[in-house]
Amino acid sequence: MDLHLSQISHAYDDVTVLENIDFHIETGQIVCLIGPSGCGKSTLLRFIGGLELPTSGAVMQIGSPPKDSLNPLTYIFQDFALLPWRSVRGNISLVLEDHGIKGTAAKAIIDDVLLRTKLQDFGDALPKQLSGGMKQRVAIARALAVKPACLLMDEPLSALDSQTRELLMDDLIDLWLKERYTACYVTHNLNEAVRLGHKVVVLSRRPGKIREIVSIDIPLEERKNNPAKLQEYQDYLWNLMRDEARAADQELNHA
Amino acid sequence: MPDKNEPITGNPVPYRGGGFAPRPNRIIAPVLFIVLITVWETGSRLGWISPIVLPAPSEAFNAFKELFVSGQLALHLSASLQRLVVGWICGTILGLVFGFAAGLFTMARGGIVPFVAAIFPIPKIALLPLFIIWFGIGEESKIATILFGTFFPTVIAVYGGVDNVDRGLIRMGQSFNLSWWSITRKIILPGALPAILSGFRISASISIILLVAAEMIGAEYGIGAYVLLAGNLMAMDQLVAGVAMLSILGLSVSWVIGRAEKYFLNWRV
Repeated sequence: MDLHLSQISHAYDDVTVLENIDFHIETGQIVCLIGPSGCGKSTLLRFIGGLELPTSGAVMQIGSPPKDSLNPLTYIFQDFALLPWRSVRGNISLVLEDHGIKGTAAKAIIDDVLLRTKLQDFGDALPKQLSGGMKQRVAIARALAVKPACLLMDEPLSALDSQTRELLMDDLIDLWLKERYTACYVTHNLNEAVRLGHKVVVLSRRPGKIREIVSIDIPLEERKNNPAKLQEYQDYLWNLMRDEARAADQELNHA
Repeated sequence: MPDKNEPITGNPVPYRGGGFAPRPNRIIAPVLFIVLITVWETGSRLGWISPIVLPAPSEAFNAFKELFVSGQLALHLSASLQRLVVGWICGTILGLVFGFAAGLFTMARGGIVPFVAAIFPIPKIALLPLFIIWFGIGEESKIATILFGTFFPTVIAVYGGVDNVDRGLIRMGQSFNLSWWSITRKIILPGALPAILSGFRISASISIILLVAAEMIGAEYGIGAYVLLAGNLMAMDQLVAGVAMLSILGLSVSWVIGRAEKYFLNWRV
């Protein structure tokens, strides 16, 4: 299932936030969305998942999601969004219960996703006992449990310390190499974008418009061995963004 | 870098952290209590405190023992507990229903919140005569007083609790296509539970206050009736015994809610 964002514009009252956003998310690709703070990246991601409606334009599903997908468009949130009163297993079971999956069927799915995220020993822990990185892995496990057609990741690594971020980044890359998931990845970290993205959509500052769409033509598995080329891409992106970021930083907040 | 053999001179950096973190302590309260009772008892024995003004703790205890031996204690206590439990439970159920309605629906909020704001501050004791006319002088008016006293703080605690549930968690529920009922039951209810339980603390204390007030009119049995009678007879030892019973009742309620909080909110950081 591909996703197409067609001519999306959005305004709160009379402040235009996003203008004419138009791009395509292909199956099996990771599209990164970058832009200065306040440019509407996260809002755009909420449109893609149907949590909010744009003033004009629409997000189109092209083709239908795989039959076994319980929740085609699945989010991974920056703040993990785990229920603190449920154990790791309980948090994953939460999203299965409404599909009538209980008992042994649920246990099989939960065991499987815990194994894939290397959490098999922590099923009965409460979120308060876990580190930030572990919590985000639980959130990834929960997302995998509903067999998403497209993962929508809203700065999933931003709340983590830099070592954990490195580890989880590697996990996301490994997971993609194994499962070829489709994803839209919002970040303000250019390094994350060039390491994970097949395509990087650069947004300008408010009102957010597409500045440029940069395709990164190095296969994901080869990127580790090509640091110089990646750095080139990163520098190119930074050049695109620098002035915008400075201007955005100096803007008064009208909200 | 100083030479390794040279002694290091200078003052240690002064410590200025610490404080602002009181810890629970199991010993202080009982010791304070025993000291207070001892001073009071000694004062009475030595004649510093006139028995007309304040009876000795031992006298109050004797009055309590007398009450126990005569079998009156069970009658008073069961009458009071019955009113308290029935009134509190009914008020709490209604409060939960209306509180959740106000927390979840625009229409209900518009109707309930101003209504609660208007009636909550009225002392329910002032309405007692009205309740007696409506519900009769028997149990109904007493239970109604406690019910009303419990209802309003519960509504406020519940809708406040619902408002404070992490919006991110609700959005997460929606993003996984959970049904409205699932979100309410599995996300909003547990998320509001800390506020609801602390609301129970307040509503339980209010219902004990109202219990005594209600029992002072037209009740044969009940701790309030006992205290009122003792006051009318100037039987200070009985009065102190009755007041002590109320205090113990309050402590027990607070202990029960504390246990409930430990059990239901063990997930809190």
